[in-house]
Amino acid sequence: MTQAEIETALTNELYKIAPDVSLDDIDRAGDLREEFDIDSMDFLNLVAALGKRFNLPMPEADYPQMSCFDDLVRYLVDKSP
Amino acid sequence: MSQFLMPSLGADMTSGKLVEQTIAAGEAFQRGDVIAAVETQKGVIEVEVFEDGVLDRWLVDLGTEVPVGMPLAVIAHEGDPQPDHPEIPSEPKPPMPPDIPVVRAEPDPTQEPTPPETVPLPPEPQPQLGELSPTTASETSATPYVGATRPRITPAARRLAAELGIDPAGLTLATDQILNRQQIEQLAVTLAETRDSPAPKSDAAGEMRKAIAAAMTRSKREIPHYYLAHQVDLTTADAYLTKLNAERAPTTRLLMGALFARAIALALTKFPEFNGHYKTDGFCPAEAVHLGIAIHIRTGGLVAPALFDAETRTADDLMQGLSDLVSRVRAGRFKARELSDATITMTSLGARGVDLVTGVIYPPQVAIVGVGTPRLRPMVHDEHVVPRLSATLSLAADHRVSDGHRGALFLRAIDTKLQEPQNL
Repeated sequence: MTQAEIETALTNELYKIAPDVSLDDIDRAGDLREEFDIDSMDFLNLVAALGKRFNLPMPEADYPQMSCFDDLVRYLVDKSP
Repeated sequence: MSQFLMPSLGADMTSGKLVEQTIAAGEAFQRGDVIAAVETQKGVIEVEVFEDGVLDRWLVDLGTEVPVGMPLAVIAHEGDPQPDHPEIPSEPKPPMPPDIPVVRAEPDPTQEPTPPETVPLPPEPQPQLGELSPTTASETSATPYVGATRPRITPAARRLAAELGIDPAGLTLATDQILNRQQIEQLAVTLAETRDSPAPKSDAAGEMRKAIAAAMTRSKREIPHYYLAHQVDLTTADAYLTKLNAERAPTTRLLMGALFARAIALALTKFPEFNGHYKTDGFCPAEAVHLGIAIHIRTGGLVAPALFDAETRTADDLMQGLSDLVSRVRAGRFKARELSDATITMTSLGARGVDLVTGVIYPPQVAIVGVGTPRLRPMVHDEHVVPRLSATLSLAADHRVSDGHRGALFLRAIDTKLQEPQNL
């Protein structure tokens, strides 16, 4: 899967959780939860959706590698087959 | 025969709009079935029926704003005689013409293009009938006239309204205006014209704010609050969750919020004076813990739907319940009991909040437990000052029912439960 495809998928999943926040308006290197104003439940739902979409376990221990939009894209690029 | 009334879905509700009739005339139903969906400032609420029976007929058309306590439908029971129509103390409406489209709160995807698979926002309230009226829109600076008082209307206009299936109780009018026949005719034309066009948007966030203001003003006026706070060490609970979640798929992972919910529910079984409703004849303790969860809505405002029978549910079960409530808050759709039957509320600031929240009690409840944001703080542990994950628990409770001494014991009981997360 290409980086562009992963970015699109991530953008779609984020849109489901935070439809009022546009990717154009956020700092892609800023704290993901702050930028999208999402709480623990939202983040867990995001992780669950991405895990399902990319068939990844998305362990909690890896959460620090998912702290901003760019990190999360990089993580998914690295982990997905 | 009996009547099904517009229920009160919380202290802040004076009326609701009938948006779905989920049971048709002649159809049988059982206690607990959803009979209708009603739109309020909080979103679309599914209303359950509390008896078995057969729906004889609807008294109110879709889209009508109906004050709390007004009859919505007539219910027939097994063994009832079969009269044509019993006397009903409200104007019976003619049956709906079959060509009227069902008004639904869900946004129509053909009208607002959105990316696929999106979760809908809390719906915009559909306009009230009166807002469609050119008279009220252009000629008067209308005071919202929805609620206990019915608009004044001439007898001829009332008859015509009944013939056309318009409920004058749902109209928004200036308080000094008297409805006449001509205005009803005009309204019917406007309604027919606007049925097929997109509904004008109204201020959902503004309506929500009004509802919150009404409930919280009542709370501060009627309830003598007292407040307590207590710092809770969450290190053990956090380690427990980390270990547990490491072996779990995301969909079955637990959040700290589920442990708080479980700990509060268990502690309440020993402190019944914080769980129940204060009514006109005093405090009625509840037999079960229906834990209201304050959930913020992205577009503004909040709701606190209940996790039912929380004291009997496992932390895993409560977690699924929390997840379900959050997703339905997003969709703006609840069950009526979830909004009216909570016996206590938990308000949590989440991971990105601040240290302390002292809540405002949601009447007729008598207590609200606040959970501040967990973070590392210097704490004394085994005689050393060390960084520990902790959060500030708070309690706002009703002095008509309890005192600070019992409140303090209640907060400490929650703390004790959280120190043994494996038992939660």
